[in-house]
Amino acid sequence: MRDVAVVGFAQSPQVRRTQGTTNGVEMLIPIFAEVYEKLGITKSDIGFWCSGSSDYLAGRAFSFISAIDAIGPVPPINESHVEADGAWALYEAWCKIQTGDVDTALIYGFGKSSAGTLPRTMALQLDPYTVAPLLPDSVAIAGLQARIGIDTGTWSEAEMAEVAVRSRRDAESNPYAQVTGSKDAADLLGEPYLADPLRRHDCAPITDGAAVIVLAAGDRARELTERPAWITGIEHRVDSANLGARDLTTSPSTVAAARAAGIDGVEVAELYTPFTHQELLLRRELGLGDDVRITPSGGALAGNPMFAAGLVRIGEAASHIAAGTAGKTLAHVTSGPALQQNLVCVLEGRS
Amino acid sequence: MSVTEPLSAPIELSFDYTRSLGTTLSRFMTGLAEGRLLGAKVSDGRVFVPPVEYDPVTGAAVTEFVPVSDEGTVVSWSWAPAPLPGQPLVTPFAWVFVRLDGADTSILHALDVAGPTEVRTGLRVRARWSGERVGAISDIICFEPASAPGTPVTQTTVEPVEIVTTPVSLTVQHTASQQETTYLLGLEQGKLIGQRCPVCSKVYVPPRGACPVDGVPTVENVELADRGIVTTFCVVNVPFMGQKIKPPYVAAYVLLDGADIAFLHLILECDAADVRMGMKVEAVWRPREEWVPGLQNIDYFRPTGEPDAPYDSFKEHL
Repeated sequence: MRDVAVVGFAQSPQVRRTQGTTNGVEMLIPIFAEVYEKLGITKSDIGFWCSGSSDYLAGRAFSFISAIDAIGPVPPINESHVEADGAWALYEAWCKIQTGDVDTALIYGFGKSSAGTLPRTMALQLDPYTVAPLLPDSVAIAGLQARIGIDTGTWSEAEMAEVAVRSRRDAESNPYAQVTGSKDAADLLGEPYLADPLRRHDCAPITDGAAVIVLAAGDRARELTERPAWITGIEHRVDSANLGARDLTTSPSTVAAARAAGIDGVEVAELYTPFTHQELLLRRELGLGDDVRITPSGGALAGNPMFAAGLVRIGEAASHIAAGTAGKTLAHVTSGPALQQNLVCVLEGRS
Repeated sequence: MSVTEPLSAPIELSFDYTRSLGTTLSRFMTGLAEGRLLGAKVSDGRVFVPPVEYDPVTGAAVTEFVPVSDEGTVVSWSWAPAPLPGQPLVTPFAWVFVRLDGADTSILHALDVAGPTEVRTGLRVRARWSGERVGAISDIICFEPASAPGTPVTQTTVEPVEIVTTPVSLTVQHTASQQETTYLLGLEQGKLIGQRCPVCSKVYVPPRGACPVDGVPTVENVELADRGIVTTFCVVNVPFMGQKIKPPYVAAYVLLDGADIAFLHLILECDAADVRMGMKVEAVWRPREEWVPGLQNIDYFRPTGEPDAPYDSFKEHL
């Protein structure tokens, strides 16, 4: 296997609504420029390009094609796209570098969630025969999952509120975050339900945003940055699409991915948990104790740009390595209803 | 010139997906059409409702179908205080996982109760069947508390259901870019506005937001003449639904004078056989009172009769 590292990361502000198009160009151009400048490179230094976005947010077919203008793709480039979070585009790019064809890759993810009705749009990812025709929205499904944990004593509404409190406080020092605040759990629990058993603080906001990561192999990574964040494990797994047959208080796919990626000794875990109870679930499933700093960016609860938020988790986890504030971190990324599909990426620094 | 508020409009998308059901789901949907709920039994004896084709954990094949009750127990619920368009009920309701009697997994559906205090985990519920069943999950309108007075389902026998039709719709607020907005508002005034790349100086019309060569925003507006040349073209001979012009006619790439990218338009007022690469053409505008922010303000292009442009003058734009 080739050594591959995250060497560059940039993200747009996470905001409730942008004035831009759904093709992401307006959000992407500034962050491409930012990452080029940080690394001292131009587009001709990039060997492979891969993006994650969704036509369901854009409301038109092949919407990612317009985004490619932000690259400057003439003369033709080596490019691919996934209809998934940019983290899965990063997985593809990592594989591409492993083939030996290229030494560098630029990965981006973007989404303008504000263009549609996001919780309803998310229903269209469900089983098209017996579930999607009923249009159960993403908040409804998260509520069904949360209730099972509450009923079984696996987690509580008070613990869920504490997750939101920590997320909002951490987000105070994240200049890109959309939701910040210093309310305590008692304040939050005094708020009415948004969709019983979930209150507003239990749910990620609706966010427009984009993110970009640059990967490089071996010596090229060392040339580009002082402290590359080496990817020492990257794995993804998926659970059944049959929601009512899953034990929704567990996440076997996350556990399997983490075991394969090797997460022992991580100091920071950036978890992609758009609902508070999902953080409690993952901490328990991954055995992350009090010595592991959980999602210090504030996470998806502080800003959830669809199709970029997973890539942001990897970028945030890498930034601790780049800054020298941690030696081993993990990023978790989820997709699908109730943590159905999960990716775990482990990053390490080397002296 | 920069406009502060981009043009924006809703797009309604809808599509009826017709899906083949396959053996397993066909049995389940045919059951629904008949007013019966069927579970798929896998080799370890567990019964899945809705059915799976294979056990998602072990991969074991389905061995048989067994009837299950249309009554069951709420395993989890979440409240829907403001139902969205297309959801099972229009009044507030509870989403529920229901474990039907005889099943080992739960089915997701709606429960019709007046408020969240009327639902709890463990509540006994039963299916409320539709009067007109077609073999779709919506043959169950929703669930209702088993304690409420209900009407027993009338079971029938129908031909196997092999296809399910699922209408899907989305509403998306489409927003034009700043550059597109400038272009569209220009057209409303009878002007063709392109933009120049600050790096390579190429002029794009319509402006694209970013130069595809240099990946930078195009910012300088360039007003272009409503005349140019045909770079390449095709003669349309094939009739199709919604066609507004009788074939044969010509669809061509028109390169406006001063532009570096051609766009597609019609060439009329001449015999299709007379259209040539390099032919000089001019815009024919619709009456001013019909102008909108769109390229349809130009009805078509027509030949000017001037000498053709030499090939070398446009070969890089092909």
